[in-house]
Amino acid sequence: MNDSNALYQDAIKQMAQAAHGHGQLDSASGEARLDNPLCGDRVRMQVALEGARIAAVAHQTKGCLLCRAAASLLGARAPGQDAAAIEAVAGELDAMLKGAAPGPAAWPELAMFIPARAYASRHRCVLLPFRALQAALGKVGAGATANAAENHGEIKGAL
Amino acid sequence: MNAAVSALRGQFPLLAAAPGMHYLDSAATAQIHGAALDAVIRHETTCRANVMRGTYALAEAADRAFDAARHSVARFLNAGSAEEIVFTAGATAALNLVAQAFGNTFQAGDRVLISVAEHHSNFVPWQMLRERTGIELALIPVGADGVLDLTCLLELMGSRCRLVAVTQCSNVTGAWTDVAAIVAAARQAGARVLLDGAQAVQHGPQDVRALGVDFYAFSGHKCFGPGGVGVLWGRAELLAAMPPFLGGGGMIGEVTPALTTWAAPPQRFEAGTPPIAQAVGLAAALEWMMTLDWAAIREREDALCRQLIAGLQRIPQLRLLGPVAAAARAPIVSFDIPGLHPHDICQVLDGHGLALRGGHHCAQPLLAALGAEACTRSSIALYNDEADIQALLDGLAEARRTLL
Repeated sequence: MNDSNALYQDAIKQMAQAAHGHGQLDSASGEARLDNPLCGDRVRMQVALEGARIAAVAHQTKGCLLCRAAASLLGARAPGQDAAAIEAVAGELDAMLKGAAPGPAAWPELAMFIPARAYASRHRCVLLPFRALQAALGKVGAGATANAAENHGEIKGAL
Repeated sequence: MNAAVSALRGQFPLLAAAPGMHYLDSAATAQIHGAALDAVIRHETTCRANVMRGTYALAEAADRAFDAARHSVARFLNAGSAEEIVFTAGATAALNLVAQAFGNTFQAGDRVLISVAEHHSNFVPWQMLRERTGIELALIPVGADGVLDLTCLLELMGSRCRLVAVTQCSNVTGAWTDVAAIVAAARQAGARVLLDGAQAVQHGPQDVRALGVDFYAFSGHKCFGPGGVGVLWGRAELLAAMPPFLGGGGMIGEVTPALTTWAAPPQRFEAGTPPIAQAVGLAAALEWMMTLDWAAIREREDALCRQLIAGLQRIPQLRLLGPVAAAARAPIVSFDIPGLHPHDICQVLDGHGLALRGGHHCAQPLLAALGAEACTRSSIALYNDEADIQALLDGLAEARRTLL
């Protein structure tokens, strides 16, 4: 059993509902689409850079409240950051979810996900938008969408 | 609690120890019956030895237990003989065995017909076979209620259909497949039929001869047995004509540097040490199942299914997936509530002692065909009662209050 009221606090619901950054960019420097194969959640993330800094992000997120809240938070906070900062925040968030780490000091709002610590199956929900943004940043200049980066093969063919 | 259900529940160690739990995820894994657990422990503590190899008394005892398990499975399925029973690691392994051993005899241009409603375990192996051999893969569509649409069955089979591989009932909608219609059409087209019985076996013993199919696959963990064991039943003449899938010990006639010959079925398909204690535990579960009054159990499961569907239909905007009539489905009920993600719903329900699964249920093509990305699934088994259903309906009301 769990304390779902602690998890589904207003901060998470409001952040998900705000859907900061939801949409599409006219011109993206890089983009990626990541799926959570456990549940089918999907994040398509686009990023536009000015020099090394993120000028804008846009995402299309189909997922649970935790996933949508994390994507929305990125939509609000990622502009102005660079790839190294995003990687650092993602790493600190991962550590916060896995253990007793306090979470990224620079992004205190991420503390809203602390109640998700107890549910390992939900960590990927929170991290999926971050992984999608990291993949999009890694694809800058590549001109192609990185689909399902966690997959190592695929079967194609019309039925 | 209903006295009959209460007595049944007490026979499941986990449920007996957790009286407040509302376990509604038996389509994923049914709880293990005490007799199955006891059989595993008894085997491992009194008969543990490898099979088909030793001549000492302990090994002979292990051989006898393993053989007896094969006979129990044969009785549960009304198979022609125990030699038609192949122990595998699960239903997925059994389905892959057919795709490899039987499927590898197919030629480019031959056709395999599956359905949109298949679990990925009866979908992906055929896509992989298509990659290996150049077969054609065709799909039986589903109607809006998730029931297989068999109106164009013969056209879909075409002239070179070798196999129709379909689920006995959907793991998402619970919709039963009209197996008789598929078998009749397959016979007309000269094709064989593989039935994925993973979801059917927890609702009673099966009769593969009455079903008229050629292969039948299921898992032990879905019929109150241990995990890690499954079964492929195949007609003796088909198994005898099939090459092995895995090579190794136990499946050979003779090995020389130049040539290896195969053992007869079922050993031909059981390379390496099989899941011995798990098979013994599975047999105990099946023997227990064969003592039950399944007409009464089905009546009770159907009543719970109707109670659940009636309650769900009162929830605003809720979309029920699958047929409405309880008789058209196994007691598996999936639904979608716009604005509420299944993961979030299941998380809230867990807080109320309810175990349900949300997601795509390893059936992404079916969900796409039904226009859903994910859904929440409730699956009812013989140890569930009205209190479980009411707890679910109350929990959903709470989920709406918490999440909206």
